[in-house]
Amino acid sequence: MMQEIAWQLSLVLMTLVALGFGFVAINSGVRVEDYTPLQKRAYRIRSKLFWTLVAVLGPAMIYTLLDLPYGTSRAGHKAGPAQVVEATGHQWRWELSRDRVVRDQPVEFRVTSADINHGFGIYDADMHLVAQTQAMPGYTNTLRHTFTADGTYRILCMEYCGIAHHNMMSEIKVGSL
Amino acid sequence: MANYTYEHTPDRGATAGVLAYLGTACAVLLLMMLVGLLMRLEQAQIIDLGANWFYELMTLHGAGMVGIAGIAGAAVMWHFLRQYVELSPAIFMANLALFLVGVAMIIGSIVFGHFHAAWTFLYPMPSKAMGMWSQEAAALFMGGLLVIGVGFLLMHLDIARAIIARYGNFARALGWPQLFVHDDGKAPPPTVVASTMVTIVNIVGLVVGASILTMMLVNLYLPEFTIDPMLAKGMIYFFGHVFINATIYMAVIAVYEILPRYTQRPWKANRVFLASWSASTLMVMFIFPHHLLMDFAFPQWMLIMGHIIGYLNTVPILVVTGYGALMIVFRSGIRWDMASRLLFLSLFGWAAGAMPAFIDGTITVNYVMHNTLWVPGHFHTYLLLGMVAMVFGFIYYLGKPAQHVRESWLDRAAFWGFTSGALGFTLSFLYAGKESVARRYAVHLPEWLPYDRAGSLFAALVVASSLIFVLRFFSRLGAAGRDYARAPLAQGAAA
Repeated sequence: MMQEIAWQLSLVLMTLVALGFGFVAINSGVRVEDYTPLQKRAYRIRSKLFWTLVAVLGPAMIYTLLDLPYGTSRAGHKAGPAQVVEATGHQWRWELSRDRVVRDQPVEFRVTSADINHGFGIYDADMHLVAQTQAMPGYTNTLRHTFTADGTYRILCMEYCGIAHHNMMSEIKVGSL
Repeated sequence: MANYTYEHTPDRGATAGVLAYLGTACAVLLLMMLVGLLMRLEQAQIIDLGANWFYELMTLHGAGMVGIAGIAGAAVMWHFLRQYVELSPAIFMANLALFLVGVAMIIGSIVFGHFHAAWTFLYPMPSKAMGMWSQEAAALFMGGLLVIGVGFLLMHLDIARAIIARYGNFARALGWPQLFVHDDGKAPPPTVVASTMVTIVNIVGLVVGASILTMMLVNLYLPEFTIDPMLAKGMIYFFGHVFINATIYMAVIAVYEILPRYTQRPWKANRVFLASWSASTLMVMFIFPHHLLMDFAFPQWMLIMGHIIGYLNTVPILVVTGYGALMIVFRSGIRWDMASRLLFLSLFGWAAGAMPAFIDGTITVNYVMHNTLWVPGHFHTYLLLGMVAMVFGFIYYLGKPAQHVRESWLDRAAFWGFTSGALGFTLSFLYAGKESVARRYAVHLPEWLPYDRAGSLFAALVVASSLIFVLRFFSRLGAAGRDYARAPLAQGAAA
């Protein structure tokens, strides 16, 4: 799950930063008066750090661009014609053209808004966010997603839209029609 | 390569203007922290304010914190920059006066007009109130932001004038002759380089912000004048991103100026430093599409640009500023007091917060984490544990009664309370974001409450610790304005 990866990666990287600061804090007490040799060594380490970052972050940056949720790239290769759901956000409800879709077959959500900005977030039965896009007046964002498990999914608003923002929920059932 | 040696610069007290800025910043910061605590307590269902109050407080907290971060950052920058260029105290004070007028307008719009469209005021929400606030309340809020923006623009124009008067142009003030031609070791000091960068980006950002506010004010009274919502969103996030990031780039000047005084080691503008600040000038302005990654209709090349710059942007933070602090502190014999501790902590906070931030800027991650509590998780890390810690370090430095005064146990306890509280508070947000808890919800689902309750506890610790920092500063205002040596000589350093 993407969220789990993001969390663990963040913890690892934040811990590495903390270790760096902790190491220096512990080794700050005894002074080396001649700063120049220390500086030269530190610059050499910095070069290595820089190239390590380039070597790690560069491929990660490119690799994560390979599966973008835009256009036809996501779920486009799945079998079968797309099931189209027209989704319109209103203050404070969702209007869906259908509330049942079939599993393992692409769903194309055409998301827009009738009034102000909303966010169309799809949550699975365990209340984990599986996909989202913004709902904006005057624009239609096309979100393609293929559900791989049956169940009742919830639609939550992901962009603050006023007093009942937190109540702007709907449901979509995934299973046999 | 040019040779850099430490040159001692005497510590100076703050002017009455800087103290007025810092006094205002500390008072409003505490108030806004309390508002933030109330929001977490409401989400945790420990108190019951109701959704209306929650969203009003949320709007106040967002606008108040962004504004006060700007004021605190400006105080740090102005205090140190005046060592190098001739600034206008009158314009500096005019900015504070306009800020206070703007704050009064914003508070009026929220408390009396019940405006609650969030500090992001996304078009066309202010004019589509569904009966929750009046046209006047919306105008008062956006007018207040506009007044504050005009004040900051004036201040930055004065800084631009002063920098150009001293260095000739922005290119020289950014050290481009040393960066691109020959590094003779005479590049402008880090404070000037940072101030130039902030001035460039904030002038552009504030003009864009003022433009969209003006357009929306016109729309409020002439609905037939419509605005493209995507354009409005792009302009708002451009302005918002630039302004809030600039607060960190202003506050970090305290680190560049104070840590060398504590370590008696130089923090000079060498080529790597100059390259990173020039790159940051561009990156801060062009990264803003990472706020729009879930707007699929936005030009895709700009979204990919936001993704890429998100990764690139972490490099200067980690490799130049964060690493630079580690370099001058390592085996320096630095004496740890409240100022040096907080400034060192602040760079950890900035660097650590950049990690979940760039991860969030990855499009495929943003797809399942945008507008969850992951977002306040990362920005509170680099703002609270980073930017705010820089400001607290600065006020402890200003108010330090003498070079070798040992702080009381209460201050040290507050430091550890602030550090652990801020870490716990931000990690509770990040964990909740991992669990998909949606952002800006007045009412949370039962399964989300444990994270809210933990977050409330840590937030209370942050507020209590900050109260001690602020009270200590107010008790030392007299000393903060006088010129005398504050930074202690490092242990074992040649006098």
